[in-house]
Amino acid sequence: QSAGTMTGAPSPLSTDQTPNTFEEITNYNNFYEFGTGKEDPARNAHALTTDPWAVEIGGLVERPGSYGVEDLAPDNALEERIYRLRCVEAWSMVIPWIGVPLAGVLDKVGVQPGAKYVEFETLVRPEEMVGQRRAILDWPYREGLRLDEAMNPLTILATGLYDQPMPNQNGAPIRLVVPWKYGFKSIKSVVRITLTDREPVNTWKQLQASEYGFYANVNPEVNHPRWSQATHRVIGAGLFGGREETQMFNGYGEQVASMYAGMDLSVNY
Amino acid sequence: MQRAVNDALRRIPVPVVWLAGAVPFALVIWDIFTGGLGVDPVAEIEHRLGRTALYFLAGGLAVTPLLRLTGISLMRFRRALGVICFAYAALHVATWVVMDMALLWGQMGRDIVKRPYLLFGMGAFLMLLPLAVSSNNLMIRKMGGQAWRQLHKLVYPAALLAALHWLWTIRVTEITPIFWVAAIVLLLALRLVIRRPLAWTRPRRA
Repeated sequence: QSAGTMTGAPSPLSTDQTPNTFEEITNYNNFYEFGTGKEDPARNAHALTTDPWAVEIGGLVERPGSYGVEDLAPDNALEERIYRLRCVEAWSMVIPWIGVPLAGVLDKVGVQPGAKYVEFETLVRPEEMVGQRRAILDWPYREGLRLDEAMNPLTILATGLYDQPMPNQNGAPIRLVVPWKYGFKSIKSVVRITLTDREPVNTWKQLQASEYGFYANVNPEVNHPRWSQATHRVIGAGLFGGREETQMFNGYGEQVASMYAGMDLSVNY
Repeated sequence: MQRAVNDALRRIPVPVVWLAGAVPFALVIWDIFTGGLGVDPVAEIEHRLGRTALYFLAGGLAVTPLLRLTGISLMRFRRALGVICFAYAALHVATWVVMDMALLWGQMGRDIVKRPYLLFGMGAFLMLLPLAVSSNNLMIRKMGGQAWRQLHKLVYPAALLAALHWLWTIRVTEITPIFWVAAIVLLLALRLVIRRPLAWTRPRRA
């Protein structure tokens, strides 16, 4: 695909907030596979080969197998989703993703009745992903969602941003986007999707369970043990842009709050 | 050799150190106006100022061990190193208050008492404050050498707290902060282990 050729149908689920610039979105990334600095991914991710690419879908599905990016997110199904992103480090951006609802992908492969969760894995390829040469995290990076979260209309697999195919540093060629959860849930460069009946391991929870939970819903009332989540800085707001109040579920409560009715979110953080 | 180095050092006027100390700040200002601070300029300014303060703190702490181990004396420059360290620490705190926290005093207050990394950082800063204020000949005379030296021992806990302050903000094992924490612990340990100048650093009669 050449640059500047992707388009997605507009969606009522998009915010009307002004997106961050392409420059900002592609030069400020947490993608530890390419280094822990915010500029490391922009510097190092060019080494990643994203074509050919296969996503292995298995577990409790009717049609397990190896799927290409085109199979999962064909051009004619692409939508534009302009979403707020809230990082667990208390900063935020607005990003115009291009992708497809995960629900459609799961319907295509057929979810078996026993499935309760979806598990995702990032590629492991230390020869191209310099950050993986040190065991800073337990590679591969893993994430998971409850099945109803995965089927929520907001949840997408993204293959582009603005009108560009997904830049490597943002998780090329295909990544998850879950806008009501902290950014680390939105796993990048996905090579494996597994339907399961058990709560999946997620990498950050595995590293430090007291700080990062399975749910990781944006929640101004539940603080990270080392810092407050009540407010955040808006990337691109300049030197004196101040702070913004963090919204419950990152402002997506209308679409997602009912999934957590009756749950104690300070326990299930 | 040691004498040659010390002779050369004596010829360097102290204001040269003050000027050198202003270079990191000048680079921050330069980068503000040339867009060299990246996508998140607030974090970049804040972190750079904080790191610079810690580097000068380590520099000041290195003066005594260096003298005891090698006989090379940077004693004339130590006050400048300390005051420059404090200046960066103050700019770092000001950046946090104004740019990062946007004067949200309530949240700042709650955060400082609840978050160890902020408690460590603020503790270090409050300890450095009286040291900076008393870093002049008038105060030394007023306080008396004994009391002044006693007060300035606060730099040891301040250095440890500053190092912990950095360590407590990282999310995974990162080499740079761990290196500087280790360096500060080593510098503090050296002055405990080597309590007086080593024999070979003292001038011998021919």
